[in-house]
Amino acid sequence: MASSRFIKDRGLTSRMTLVMALIAVLYLAFMALLISQGFGTGFIIVLAAAMAVGQWYFSDKVALAAMRARQVTPQQAPELHGMVDRLVAMADMPKPRVYITDMDMPNAFATGRSPKHSAVCVTTGIMRRLTAEELEGVLAHELSHVAHRDVAVMTVASFLGVVAGLITRWGLFFGGGGRGNNNGGALPFLVIWLASMVVAAIGYLLTRVLSRYRELCADRSGAFLTGKPSALASALTKISGDIARIPTRDLRQAETMNAFFIAPAIKGKSLNSLLASHPPLEQRLDQLAKVSAQLGRPM
Amino acid sequence: MGFMDALLGRRKQAKPNLDQLFAVPSAAVTLQVSGGFKPTGVGSVCYRANEGAAFATMQDDVQRLLDADDGPAVERVTDSFGFTWLVCRQQPDDLSDLVTELHAVNRALEEAGFGGSLLCSLVAFENPDGRRLGLVYLYKQGTFYPFAPAAGGREQRDNALELQMRGLLANDLTVEPDLSRWMAIWGAPGL
Repeated sequence: MASSRFIKDRGLTSRMTLVMALIAVLYLAFMALLISQGFGTGFIIVLAAAMAVGQWYFSDKVALAAMRARQVTPQQAPELHGMVDRLVAMADMPKPRVYITDMDMPNAFATGRSPKHSAVCVTTGIMRRLTAEELEGVLAHELSHVAHRDVAVMTVASFLGVVAGLITRWGLFFGGGGRGNNNGGALPFLVIWLASMVVAAIGYLLTRVLSRYRELCADRSGAFLTGKPSALASALTKISGDIARIPTRDLRQAETMNAFFIAPAIKGKSLNSLLASHPPLEQRLDQLAKVSAQLGRPM
Repeated sequence: MGFMDALLGRRKQAKPNLDQLFAVPSAAVTLQVSGGFKPTGVGSVCYRANEGAAFATMQDDVQRLLDADDGPAVERVTDSFGFTWLVCRQQPDDLSDLVTELHAVNRALEEAGFGGSLLCSLVAFENPDGRRLGLVYLYKQGTFYPFAPAAGGREQRDNALELQMRGLLANDLTVEPDLSRWMAIWGAPGL
């Protein structure tokens, strides 16, 4: 009977589930601490929630405006639209809007609050450097981010960090006037403040780990969609090599956008791999080689 | 895409729906009687060739199987997007044979585990003026749509004709309701 060559990567799935569970536990423990101490953090949580919802809801507009991307019609970019058309027809998903941004840096990103309100954007640099097959691999990776709803997942995952960060930053200001009346036995605000700092740090590390796993998932789904993992591997090699050679000024401007890019625009190896938003190139290439072997194996 | 699939960052490959293909012969009668378009006897299956030996072997096997009869040989064309079209030719009046051949190709891909790589099937029609019309079947949606290149125009579609044909076809088969999925297939063999 009908079968699929798509083999679930149980290791990747379970590691990612563990990270998400850790984030949830951290979330609950922190909330429990806040509630048990009865501090007036309600305002901060509402503020953080509003920020998170806004970030998620307007993710496409903000990201596209920051990149100065312009939407292109099928007449303006027939090849790009043709590629996206075919990929979404194979994947059975709604077609995202297509954007191009005039940047020499070879990169691509996907954004949007849901698959129906999504957009993919490529730089002119990536279109110039990659072959059609490689570009298709990159687009399939980005469409997988859309299908996996990565903007929503990462917004939820980083919400805790935002709350903890706000308390850390404004804590002394708000904390003094804690509205809690359970004076007996309540910890001094300093404890909450220190806990917030620790939670913000751990939360940040965990969301970075999660982000790296989401990248691997998108690589994997994208490779199975096009059936050409090696084309994506070669695109990643090319892009990473090129990015390392780009002048620094351009890179600094783009750094805030890193979370959405296919390859991060950070130069040098000094960056601690714990803090990276993307997995190292070798790990991505290893995974794609495995997918290639799975596709080539007789059933 | 279920909630869990999104959360776990995986995507089930969309399964192709093959059975709708057998509705083509009855739709062809309607097209001929009410629309003036007759089948040309050319049909093709479009898929994304996967890398690796498994796919190449399967592809060669399918081609050999289809060439085993005494009809015209099956042709393999790669378009500018890197998609492969396997072109089958039969007598114009023998549409059910053509559909059976197309179905055999699909079945073979599906059984080898490459069902996710199927893009569309195409059956070509022509009217007495020489205008061409393609009846395109989208596997993942299980729906059809007409594709009509404009007469003489370079990469222009005759939308009026397409919409007119949609009206005719609606009784015989499921027409894709979302017009944005009516993908342009320039350079498709047989059009």
